Amino acid sequence: MTGVLTYLGRSTLDFLRYVSGLYELSKKTAYWTFVAPFKGQRVKWGNAIHQMVMAGVNSIPIVSMISLFIGIVMALQGAYQLQKFGANYYVTALVGVSMTRELGPLITAIIIAGRSGSAFAAELGTMKVSEEIDAFQAMGLDSVRYLVVPKYLALLVMMPCLTLLSDLSGIVGGGLFEIFQLDQTALMFMTATRDALEMHDITTGLIKSVVFGLIITGVGCYEGFSVKGGAEGVGKATTSSVVVSIFLIIFADVIFTAIFYYTG
Amino acid sequence: MTNESEGPIIRVKDLVTHYGERRILNHVNLDFPTGETMVILGGSGTGKSTLLRHIMRLELPTSGQIFIRNHDICSISEERFNQIRRKMGMLFQSAALFNSMTIEENVALPLRELTQLEEPTIRIMTRIKLDLVGLSGFENYMPAQLSGGMKKRAGLARALAMDPEILLFDEPSAGLDPITAAGIDSLILKLKLAFKMTIIVVTHEMASAFMIADRITVMDRGEVIATGSPEDIRNSQHPRVVQFMNRIPEGEEMDAQAYLRTITQT
Repeated sequence: MTGVLTYLGRSTLDFLRYVSGLYELSKKTAYWTFVAPFKGQRVKWGNAIHQMVMAGVNSIPIVSMISLFIGIVMALQGAYQLQKFGANYYVTALVGVSMTRELGPLITAIIIAGRSGSAFAAELGTMKVSEEIDAFQAMGLDSVRYLVVPKYLALLVMMPCLTLLSDLSGIVGGGLFEIFQLDQTALMFMTATRDALEMHDITTGLIKSVVFGLIITGVGCYEGFSVKGGAEGVGKATTSSVVVSIFLIIFADVIFTAIFYYTG
Repeated sequence: MTNESEGPIIRVKDLVTHYGERRILNHVNLDFPTGETMVILGGSGTGKSTLLRHIMRLELPTSGQIFIRNHDICSISEERFNQIRRKMGMLFQSAALFNSMTIEENVALPLRELTQLEEPTIRIMTRIKLDLVGLSGFENYMPAQLSGGMKKRAGLARALAMDPEILLFDEPSAGLDPITAAGIDSLILKLKLAFKMTIIVVTHEMASAFMIADRITVMDRGEVIATGSPEDIRNSQHPRVVQFMNRIPEGEEMDAQAYLRTITQT
Protein backbone atom coordinates (compact mmCIF):
# COMPACT_ATOMS: atom_id res chain seq x y z
CA MET A 1 0.00 0.00 0.00
CA THR A 2 2.71 2.45 0.99
CA GLY A 3 4.55 1.37 -2.14
CA VAL A 4 1.64 2.44 -4.32
CA LEU A 5 1.32 5.75 -2.45
CA THR A 6 5.06 6.39 -2.76
CA TYR A 7 4.85 5.66 -6.47
CA LEU A 8 1.84 7.94 -6.93
CA GLY A 9 3.46 10.72 -4.91
CA ARG A 10 6.72 10.48 -6.78
CA SER A 11 5.06 10.45 -10.21
CA THR A 12 2.92 13.45 -9.26
CA LEU A 13 6.01 15.34 -8.13
CA ASP A 14 7.86 14.40 -11.32
CA PHE A 15 4.90 15.55 -13.39
CA LEU A 16 4.65 18.88 -11.54
CA ARG A 17 8.39 19.40 -11.88
CA TYR A 18 8.12 18.76 -15.62
CA VAL A 19 5.25 21.20 -16.02
CA SER A 20 6.97 23.92 -14.03
CA GLY A 21 10.19 23.40 -15.99
CA LEU A 22 8.27 23.69 -19.24
CA TYR A 23 6.57 26.82 -17.95
CA GLU A 24 9.88 28.42 -16.92
CA LEU A 25 11.40 27.71 -20.32
CA SER A 26 8.37 29.07 -22.16
CA LYS A 27 8.39 32.21 -20.03
CA LYS A 28 12.07 32.81 -20.75
CA THR A 29 11.55 32.15 -24.45
CA ALA A 30 8.62 34.55 -24.64
CA TYR A 31 10.73 37.18 -22.84
CA TRP A 32 13.63 36.87 -25.28
CA THR A 33 11.26 36.87 -28.27
CA PHE A 34 8.83 39.63 -27.41
CA VAL A 35 10.33 41.79 -24.63
CA ALA A 36 14.11 41.79 -25.02
CA PRO A 37 14.11 43.13 -28.61
CA PHE A 38 12.59 46.36 -27.24
CA LYS A 39 15.54 46.61 -24.85
CA GLY A 40 17.98 46.52 -27.72
CA GLN A 41 18.77 42.80 -27.62
CA ARG A 42 17.87 41.74 -31.09
CA VAL A 43 16.45 38.39 -32.11
CA LYS A 44 18.87 36.25 -34.13
CA TRP A 45 16.92 36.43 -37.38
CA GLY A 46 19.61 34.61 -39.34
CA ASN A 47 19.26 31.57 -37.11
CA ALA A 48 15.48 31.87 -37.12
CA ILE A 49 15.37 31.83 -40.92
CA HIS A 50 17.69 28.84 -40.98
CA GLN A 51 15.30 27.04 -38.62
CA MET A 52 12.31 28.07 -40.74
CA VAL A 53 13.91 26.40 -43.73
CA MET A 54 14.81 23.28 -41.75
CA ALA A 55 11.49 22.87 -39.94
CA GLY A 56 9.13 24.52 -42.41
CA VAL A 57 10.26 24.54 -46.02
CA ASN A 58 11.84 21.09 -45.85
CA SER A 59 8.61 19.65 -44.45
CA ILE A 60 6.52 20.77 -47.43
CA PRO A 61 6.77 17.48 -49.39
CA ILE A 62 5.92 15.19 -46.48
CA VAL A 63 3.11 17.37 -45.12
CA SER A 64 1.45 17.75 -48.52
CA MET A 65 1.79 14.06 -49.42
CA ILE A 66 0.37 12.77 -46.14
CA SER A 67 -2.46 15.31 -46.18
CA LEU A 68 -3.31 14.38 -49.75
CA PHE A 69 -3.60 10.72 -48.74
CA ILE A 70 -5.64 11.56 -45.65
CA GLY A 71 -7.96 13.63 -47.86
CA ILE A 72 -8.48 10.65 -50.18
CA VAL A 73 -9.07 8.33 -47.23
CA MET A 74 -11.58 10.74 -45.69
CA ALA A 75 -13.49 10.95 -48.99
CA LEU A 76 -13.51 7.17 -49.34
CA GLN A 77 -14.77 6.64 -45.83
CA GLY A 78 -17.31 9.43 -46.16
CA ALA A 79 -18.61 8.13 -49.47
CA TYR A 80 -18.99 4.62 -48.00
CA GLN A 81 -21.47 6.00 -45.47
CA LEU A 82 -23.11 8.80 -47.44
CA GLN A 83 -23.73 6.71 -50.59
CA LYS A 84 -26.31 4.76 -48.59
CA PHE A 85 -28.37 7.93 -48.39
CA GLY A 86 -27.53 9.09 -51.86
CA ALA A 87 -25.78 12.05 -50.32
CA ASN A 88 -22.50 11.91 -52.22
CA TYR A 89 -22.66 15.65 -52.68
CA TYR A 90 -21.86 16.09 -48.98
CA VAL A 91 -18.55 14.21 -49.19
CA THR A 92 -16.95 17.46 -50.28
CA ALA A 93 -18.25 19.31 -47.26
CA LEU A 94 -17.16 16.50 -44.97
CA VAL A 95 -13.60 16.52 -46.25
CA GLY A 96 -13.35 20.31 -46.34
CA VAL A 97 -14.64 20.91 -42.85
CA SER A 98 -12.77 18.09 -41.17
CA MET A 99 -9.49 18.99 -42.87
CA THR A 100 -9.58 22.67 -41.96
CA ARG A 101 -11.04 22.37 -38.48
CA GLU A 102 -9.28 19.26 -37.28
CA LEU A 103 -7.12 17.08 -39.47
CA GLY A 104 -4.97 19.73 -41.14
CA PRO A 105 -3.62 21.20 -37.89
CA LEU A 106 -3.38 17.79 -36.20
CA ILE A 107 -1.56 15.97 -39.01
CA THR A 108 0.83 18.88 -39.44
CA ALA A 109 1.53 18.99 -35.71
CA ILE A 110 2.18 15.26 -35.52
CA ILE A 111 4.53 15.34 -38.51
CA ILE A 112 6.41 18.37 -37.15
CA ALA A 113 6.62 16.83 -33.66
CA GLY A 114 8.20 13.77 -35.20
CA ARG A 115 10.41 15.67 -37.58
CA SER A 116 11.41 18.89 -35.82
CA GLY A 117 10.54 18.38 -32.16
CA SER A 118 12.77 15.33 -32.04
CA ALA A 119 15.50 17.21 -33.93
CA PHE A 120 15.34 20.06 -31.38
CA ALA A 121 15.69 17.59 -28.50
CA ALA A 122 18.56 15.75 -30.17
CA GLU A 123 20.40 18.96 -31.09
CA LEU A 124 20.14 20.59 -27.67
CA GLY A 125 20.73 17.27 -25.90
CA THR A 126 23.96 16.70 -27.80
CA MET A 127 25.04 20.26 -27.06
CA LYS A 128 24.28 19.71 -23.41
CA VAL A 129 26.31 16.49 -23.31
CA SER A 130 29.28 18.08 -25.07
CA GLU A 131 29.22 21.03 -22.62
CA GLU A 132 28.28 23.51 -25.36
CA ILE A 133 25.29 24.76 -23.36
CA ASP A 134 27.64 25.35 -20.41
CA ALA A 135 30.03 27.15 -22.73
CA PHE A 136 27.26 29.60 -23.67
CA GLN A 137 26.55 30.23 -20.01
CA ALA A 138 30.24 30.55 -19.18
CA MET A 139 30.54 33.32 -21.80
CA GLY A 140 27.61 35.12 -20.23
CA LEU A 141 25.36 34.42 -23.23
CA ASP A 142 21.83 33.18 -22.72
CA SER A 143 21.37 29.79 -24.34
CA VAL A 144 17.60 30.31 -24.58
CA ARG A 145 18.11 33.42 -26.66
CA TYR A 146 20.56 31.78 -29.07
CA LEU A 147 19.16 28.28 -29.28
CA VAL A 148 15.47 28.27 -28.39
CA VAL A 149 14.13 31.58 -29.71
CA PRO A 150 14.99 30.87 -33.37
CA LYS A 151 13.20 27.50 -33.18
CA TYR A 152 10.25 29.09 -31.40
CA LEU A 153 9.91 31.79 -34.04
CA ALA A 154 10.35 29.28 -36.84
CA LEU A 155 7.43 27.15 -35.68
CA LEU A 156 5.34 30.19 -34.79
CA VAL A 157 5.53 31.26 -38.43
CA MET A 158 5.74 27.88 -40.12
CA MET A 159 3.01 25.94 -38.33
CA PRO A 160 0.14 28.06 -39.71
CA CYS A 161 1.73 28.01 -43.17
CA LEU A 162 2.13 24.24 -43.17
CA THR A 163 -1.37 23.84 -41.79
CA LEU A 164 -2.81 25.86 -44.67
CA LEU A 165 -0.85 23.69 -47.07
CA SER A 166 -2.15 20.59 -45.35
CA ASP A 167 -5.76 21.87 -45.52
CA LEU A 168 -5.36 22.52 -49.23
CA SER A 169 -3.71 19.17 -50.00
CA GLY A 170 -6.36 17.27 -48.05
CA ILE A 171 -9.18 19.03 -49.87
CA VAL A 172 -7.49 18.37 -53.21
CA GLY A 173 -7.07 14.70 -52.27
CA GLY A 174 -10.77 14.45 -51.47
CA GLY A 175 -11.55 16.27 -54.70
CA LEU A 176 -9.54 13.81 -56.79
CA PHE A 177 -11.63 10.94 -55.49
CA GLU A 178 -14.88 12.81 -55.96
CA ILE A 179 -14.09 13.85 -59.51
CA PHE A 180 -12.82 10.47 -60.66
CA GLN A 181 -15.10 8.15 -58.71
CA LEU A 182 -18.23 10.05 -57.75
CA ASP A 183 -18.76 11.60 -61.18
CA GLN A 184 -18.61 15.18 -60.02
CA THR A 185 -17.14 17.90 -62.17
CA ALA A 186 -14.28 20.04 -60.94
CA LEU A 187 -16.62 22.99 -60.90
CA MET A 188 -19.16 21.16 -58.74
CA PHE A 189 -16.39 20.19 -56.35
CA MET A 190 -15.14 23.74 -56.05
CA THR A 191 -18.55 25.23 -55.56
CA ALA A 192 -19.41 22.62 -52.95
CA THR A 193 -16.16 23.30 -51.08
CA ARG A 194 -16.75 27.03 -51.15
CA ASP A 195 -20.27 26.63 -49.87
CA ALA A 196 -19.27 24.25 -47.11
CA LEU A 197 -16.34 26.20 -45.70
CA GLU A 198 -16.56 29.27 -43.55
CA MET A 199 -13.68 31.54 -42.65
CA HIS A 200 -14.24 30.47 -39.07
CA ASP A 201 -13.32 26.84 -39.91
CA ILE A 202 -9.95 27.89 -41.25
CA THR A 203 -9.07 30.38 -38.51
CA THR A 204 -9.85 27.99 -35.65
CA GLY A 205 -7.56 25.46 -37.31
CA LEU A 206 -4.82 28.07 -37.59
CA ILE A 207 -5.19 29.10 -33.95
CA LYS A 208 -4.78 25.47 -32.96
CA SER A 209 -1.70 25.12 -35.15
CA VAL A 210 0.02 28.02 -33.39
CA VAL A 211 -0.64 26.41 -30.01
CA PHE A 212 0.65 23.06 -31.30
CA GLY A 213 3.79 24.81 -32.53
CA LEU A 214 4.42 26.27 -29.07
CA ILE A 215 4.00 22.82 -27.53
CA ILE A 216 6.43 21.20 -29.98
CA THR A 217 9.20 23.78 -29.45
CA GLY A 218 8.66 23.89 -25.69
CA VAL A 219 8.74 20.14 -25.17
CA GLY A 220 11.54 19.47 -27.68
CA CYS A 221 13.83 22.14 -26.21
CA TYR A 222 12.97 21.29 -22.60
CA GLU A 223 13.74 17.62 -23.20
CA GLY A 224 17.01 18.61 -24.85
CA PHE A 225 18.07 20.82 -21.96
CA SER A 226 17.25 18.16 -19.39
CA VAL A 227 19.42 15.46 -20.97
CA LYS A 228 21.62 13.64 -18.50
CA GLY A 229 24.25 11.02 -19.11
CA GLY A 230 25.61 10.83 -22.63
CA ALA A 231 24.31 9.36 -25.86
CA GLU A 232 21.70 7.20 -24.18
CA GLY A 233 20.22 10.27 -22.51
CA VAL A 234 19.99 12.03 -25.87
CA GLY A 235 18.13 9.03 -27.30
CA LYS A 236 15.69 8.95 -24.41
CA ALA A 237 15.04 12.69 -24.63
CA THR A 238 14.41 12.45 -28.37
CA THR A 239 11.88 9.66 -27.92
CA SER A 240 10.09 11.29 -25.04
CA SER A 241 9.98 14.66 -26.79
CA VAL A 242 7.86 13.05 -29.52
CA VAL A 243 5.66 11.07 -27.12
CA VAL A 244 5.06 13.97 -24.75
CA SER A 245 4.42 16.54 -27.45
CA ILE A 246 1.94 14.31 -29.30
CA PHE A 247 0.14 13.69 -26.01
CA LEU A 248 0.02 17.40 -25.18
CA ILE A 249 -1.03 18.28 -28.73
CA ILE A 250 -4.03 15.97 -28.56
CA PHE A 251 -4.86 17.17 -25.06
CA ALA A 252 -4.77 20.80 -26.23
CA ASP A 253 -6.80 19.78 -29.26
CA VAL A 254 -9.61 18.48 -27.03
CA ILE A 255 -9.65 21.72 -25.04
CA PHE A 256 -9.59 24.02 -28.05
CA THR A 257 -12.15 22.02 -29.99
CA ALA A 258 -14.47 22.15 -26.98
CA ILE A 259 -13.95 25.90 -26.65
CA PHE A 260 -14.68 26.48 -30.35
CA TYR A 261 -17.71 24.19 -30.17
CA TYR A 262 -19.31 26.00 -27.26
CA THR A 263 -18.41 29.50 -28.39
CA GLY A 264 -19.60 28.74 -31.91
CA MET B 1 37.50 46.66 2.22
CA THR B 2 40.55 44.83 0.98
CA ASN B 3 42.48 46.16 -1.94
CA GLU B 4 41.31 44.24 -4.99
CA SER B 5 44.76 43.73 -6.41
CA GLU B 6 46.20 42.29 -3.23
CA GLY B 7 43.56 40.11 -1.58
CA PRO B 8 42.54 36.79 -3.04
CA ILE B 9 40.66 37.31 -6.29
CA ILE B 10 38.48 34.29 -5.57
CA ARG B 11 37.56 33.12 -2.11
CA VAL B 12 35.58 29.93 -1.57
CA LYS B 13 33.94 29.81 1.84
CA ASP B 14 32.50 26.73 3.46
CA LEU B 15 31.12 25.36 0.20
CA VAL B 16 28.85 22.33 0.47
CA THR B 17 27.14 20.81 -2.53
CA HIS B 18 25.07 17.72 -3.27
CA TYR B 19 24.05 15.83 -6.41
CA GLY B 20 20.76 14.39 -5.25
CA GLU B 21 21.53 12.75 -1.92
CA ARG B 22 25.25 12.37 -2.56
CA ARG B 23 27.53 15.00 -1.06
CA ILE B 24 30.13 16.13 -3.58
CA LEU B 25 31.83 19.02 -1.81
CA ASN B 26 32.23 19.04 1.94
CA HIS B 27 32.95 22.41 3.56
CA VAL B 28 35.55 23.56 1.06
CA ASN B 29 37.50 26.67 2.03
CA LEU B 30 40.02 27.96 -0.47
CA ASP B 31 41.64 31.26 -1.47
CA PHE B 32 42.96 31.94 -4.96
CA PRO B 33 45.61 34.69 -4.81
CA THR B 34 45.48 37.27 -7.59
CA GLY B 35 47.80 36.58 -10.49
CA GLU B 36 48.84 33.14 -9.36
CA THR B 37 48.39 29.78 -11.02
CA MET B 38 46.58 27.37 -8.76
CA VAL B 39 46.42 23.71 -9.67
CA ILE B 40 43.69 21.63 -8.06
CA LEU B 41 44.91 18.08 -7.96
CA GLY B 42 42.91 15.01 -7.11
CA GLY B 43 41.64 11.66 -8.30
CA SER B 44 38.45 11.13 -10.29
CA GLY B 45 35.25 11.92 -8.45
CA THR B 46 36.89 14.05 -5.77
CA GLY B 47 34.79 17.07 -6.67
CA LYS B 48 37.50 19.21 -8.24
CA SER B 49 35.64 19.77 -11.52
CA THR B 50 32.48 20.46 -9.53
CA LEU B 51 34.34 23.16 -7.63
CA LEU B 52 35.41 24.72 -10.91
CA ARG B 53 31.86 24.66 -12.23
CA HIS B 54 30.72 26.44 -9.08
CA ILE B 55 33.29 29.18 -9.59
CA MET B 56 31.77 29.75 -13.07
CA ARG B 57 28.32 29.50 -11.48
CA LEU B 58 27.32 26.71 -13.82
CA GLU B 59 25.95 25.11 -10.67
CA LEU B 60 24.73 26.52 -7.39
CA PRO B 61 25.87 25.09 -4.03
CA THR B 62 23.72 23.68 -1.24
CA SER B 63 25.33 26.14 1.14
CA GLY B 64 28.44 28.29 1.40
CA GLN B 65 29.69 31.24 -0.59
CA ILE B 66 32.08 32.06 -3.39
CA PHE B 67 33.48 35.58 -3.60
CA ILE B 68 34.98 36.85 -6.82
CA ARG B 69 36.40 40.36 -6.33
CA ASN B 70 34.34 40.57 -3.16
CA HIS B 71 31.04 39.81 -4.93
CA ASP B 72 29.19 36.83 -3.53
CA ILE B 73 28.47 35.19 -6.86
CA CYS B 74 26.00 32.66 -5.48
CA SER B 75 23.53 35.35 -4.48
CA ILE B 76 23.85 38.06 -7.15
CA SER B 77 21.60 38.08 -10.22
CA GLU B 78 22.57 36.36 -13.45
CA GLU B 79 22.94 39.74 -15.19
CA ARG B 80 25.32 41.03 -12.52
CA PHE B 81 27.38 37.87 -12.69
CA ASN B 82 27.50 38.05 -16.48
CA GLN B 83 29.38 41.34 -16.04
CA ILE B 84 31.97 39.47 -13.95
CA ARG B 85 31.99 36.56 -16.39
CA ARG B 86 33.17 38.84 -19.17
CA LYS B 87 36.53 38.89 -17.47
CA MET B 88 36.57 35.14 -16.99
CA GLY B 89 37.35 32.41 -19.48
CA MET B 90 36.93 28.69 -19.24
CA LEU B 91 38.36 25.80 -21.22
CA PHE B 92 36.04 22.83 -20.89
CA GLN B 93 37.19 19.25 -20.69
CA SER B 94 35.72 18.48 -24.10
CA ALA B 95 36.69 21.96 -25.43
CA ALA B 96 32.93 22.53 -26.00
CA LEU B 97 33.38 24.23 -29.36
CA PHE B 98 30.11 24.99 -31.14
CA ASN B 99 30.03 22.30 -33.78
CA SER B 100 27.89 24.24 -36.20
CA MET B 101 30.36 27.14 -36.42
CA THR B 102 33.85 27.43 -37.89
CA ILE B 103 36.83 27.89 -35.57
CA GLU B 104 36.92 31.59 -36.37
CA GLU B 105 33.21 32.04 -35.64
CA ASN B 106 33.67 30.19 -32.37
CA VAL B 107 36.43 32.50 -31.20
CA ALA B 108 34.70 35.61 -32.50
CA LEU B 109 31.33 34.80 -30.92
CA PRO B 110 31.91 36.45 -27.52
CA LEU B 111 33.40 39.52 -29.25
CA ARG B 112 30.47 39.79 -31.67
CA GLU B 113 27.86 39.33 -28.98
CA LEU B 114 29.32 41.14 -26.00
CA THR B 115 31.22 44.05 -27.50
CA GLN B 116 30.44 46.86 -29.93
CA LEU B 117 33.65 46.34 -31.89
CA GLU B 118 33.73 46.75 -35.65
CA GLU B 119 33.87 43.59 -37.74
CA PRO B 120 37.46 44.15 -39.04
CA THR B 121 38.70 44.66 -35.45
CA ILE B 122 36.97 41.47 -34.36
CA ARG B 123 38.58 39.60 -37.23
CA ILE B 124 42.05 40.85 -36.27
CA MET B 125 41.53 40.02 -32.61
CA THR B 126 40.33 36.55 -33.50
CA ARG B 127 43.42 35.93 -35.62
CA ILE B 128 45.66 37.16 -32.80
CA LYS B 129 44.09 34.70 -30.36
CA LEU B 130 44.29 31.84 -32.83
CA ASP B 131 47.93 32.67 -33.53
CA LEU B 132 48.63 32.72 -29.80
CA VAL B 133 47.50 29.11 -29.47
CA GLY B 134 49.23 28.06 -32.68
CA LEU B 135 46.19 27.66 -34.88
CA SER B 136 46.81 30.27 -37.60
CA GLY B 137 45.46 29.06 -40.89
CA PHE B 138 42.71 26.95 -39.35
CA GLU B 139 40.15 29.79 -39.24
CA ASN B 140 37.71 28.19 -41.63
CA TYR B 141 37.89 24.63 -40.33
CA MET B 142 34.92 23.09 -38.57
CA PRO B 143 35.56 21.70 -35.07
CA ALA B 144 34.90 18.15 -36.31
CA GLN B 145 37.87 18.47 -38.68
CA LEU B 146 40.36 19.13 -35.87
CA SER B 147 42.24 16.70 -33.64
CA GLY B 148 41.64 16.57 -29.89
CA GLY B 149 44.64 18.73 -29.08
CA MET B 150 43.73 21.32 -31.70
CA LYS B 151 40.16 21.49 -30.37
CA LYS B 152 41.54 22.25 -26.92
CA ARG B 153 43.71 24.98 -28.39
CA ALA B 154 40.74 26.46 -30.24
CA GLY B 155 38.67 26.27 -27.04
CA LEU B 156 41.48 28.11 -25.29
CA ALA B 157 41.55 30.78 -27.98
CA ARG B 158 37.81 31.29 -27.42
CA ALA B 159 38.31 31.46 -23.65
CA LEU B 160 40.96 34.13 -24.25
CA ALA B 161 38.82 36.15 -26.65
CA MET B 162 37.66 38.69 -24.08
CA ASP B 163 41.12 39.05 -22.49
CA PRO B 164 40.07 37.41 -19.23
CA GLU B 165 41.63 38.12 -15.87
CA ILE B 166 40.65 34.71 -14.57
CA LEU B 167 41.17 31.63 -16.68
CA LEU B 168 39.79 28.23 -15.71
CA PHE B 169 40.94 24.92 -17.14
CA ASP B 170 38.97 21.73 -16.62
CA GLU B 171 41.31 18.76 -17.15
CA PRO B 172 43.29 20.38 -19.99
CA SER B 173 45.27 17.22 -20.72
CA ALA B 174 42.43 14.69 -20.43
CA GLY B 175 42.21 12.42 -23.45
CA LEU B 176 45.40 13.74 -25.06
CA ASP B 177 48.62 11.87 -25.79
CA PRO B 178 51.61 12.87 -23.59
CA ILE B 179 53.23 15.03 -26.26
CA THR B 180 50.07 16.97 -27.07
CA ALA B 181 49.32 17.29 -23.35
CA ALA B 182 52.81 18.71 -22.78
CA GLY B 183 52.10 21.16 -25.60
CA ILE B 184 48.99 22.40 -23.76
CA ASP B 185 51.02 22.68 -20.53
CA SER B 186 53.67 24.83 -22.18
CA LEU B 187 50.89 26.94 -23.68
CA ILE B 188 49.53 27.54 -20.17
CA LEU B 189 53.03 28.47 -19.01
CA LYS B 190 53.38 30.86 -21.94
CA LEU B 191 50.08 32.57 -21.07
CA LYS B 192 51.09 32.77 -17.43
CA LEU B 193 54.30 34.56 -18.31
CA ALA B 194 52.80 36.80 -20.98
CA PHE B 195 49.67 38.00 -19.17
CA LYS B 196 48.87 38.81 -15.57
CA MET B 197 46.13 36.28 -15.24
CA THR B 198 44.85 34.25 -12.35
CA ILE B 199 44.79 30.70 -13.66
CA ILE B 200 43.02 27.73 -12.10
CA VAL B 201 43.77 24.30 -13.50
CA VAL B 202 41.92 21.18 -12.45
CA THR B 203 43.88 18.05 -13.26
CA HIS B 204 44.99 14.64 -12.07
CA GLU B 205 48.27 14.77 -14.01
CA MET B 206 51.00 15.27 -11.44
CA ALA B 207 53.75 16.06 -13.91
CA SER B 208 51.80 18.92 -15.46
CA ALA B 209 50.68 20.14 -12.04
CA PHE B 210 54.24 20.59 -10.82
CA MET B 211 55.27 22.15 -14.10
CA ILE B 212 52.71 24.96 -14.18
CA ALA B 213 51.63 25.58 -10.58
CA ASP B 214 52.49 28.44 -8.24
CA ARG B 215 50.29 26.76 -5.68
CA ILE B 216 48.78 23.31 -5.50
CA THR B 217 45.63 22.20 -3.72
CA VAL B 218 44.97 18.51 -3.25
CA MET B 219 41.36 17.39 -3.00
CA ASP B 220 40.03 14.08 -1.80
CA ARG B 221 36.41 12.94 -1.36
CA GLY B 222 35.06 16.47 -1.64
CA GLU B 223 37.51 17.99 0.84
CA VAL B 224 40.65 20.05 0.54
CA ILE B 225 43.32 17.97 2.24
CA ALA B 226 46.39 20.04 1.47
CA THR B 227 47.22 23.38 -0.08
CA GLY B 228 50.55 25.12 -0.53
CA SER B 229 53.52 25.60 -2.82
CA PRO B 230 54.57 22.63 -4.98
CA GLU B 231 57.43 22.11 -2.51
CA ASP B 232 54.99 21.92 0.44
CA ILE B 233 52.89 19.35 -1.36
CA ARG B 234 55.91 17.27 -2.32
CA ASN B 235 56.97 17.17 1.35
CA SER B 236 53.47 16.65 2.72
CA GLN B 237 53.04 13.88 5.28
CA HIS B 238 49.27 13.59 4.80
CA PRO B 239 48.64 9.90 4.10
CA ARG B 240 46.21 10.53 1.21
CA VAL B 241 48.56 13.05 -0.40
CA VAL B 242 51.43 10.60 -0.09
CA GLN B 243 49.23 7.89 -1.55
CA PHE B 244 48.23 10.10 -4.47
CA MET B 245 51.82 11.24 -5.14
CA ASN B 246 53.16 7.71 -5.09
CA ARG B 247 50.28 6.24 -7.06
CA ILE B 248 49.38 3.64 -4.45
CA PRO B 249 46.08 1.97 -5.34
CA GLU B 250 43.13 2.06 -3.00
CA GLY B 251 43.39 -0.77 -0.44
CA GLU B 252 40.80 -3.52 -0.75
CA GLU B 253 39.84 -3.29 2.87
CA MET B 254 36.45 -4.78 3.68
CA ASP B 255 35.34 -6.68 6.68
CA ALA B 256 33.46 -9.94 6.35
CA GLN B 257 30.27 -8.65 7.93
CA ALA B 258 30.01 -5.68 5.59
CA TYR B 259 30.67 -7.88 2.58
CA LEU B 260 27.91 -10.27 3.67
CA ARG B 261 25.55 -7.35 4.01
CA THR B 262 26.47 -6.05 0.57
CA ILE B 263 25.76 -9.30 -1.23
CA THR B 264 22.61 -10.19 0.67
CA GLN B 265 21.39 -6.57 0.55
CA THR B 266 20.13 -6.60 4.13
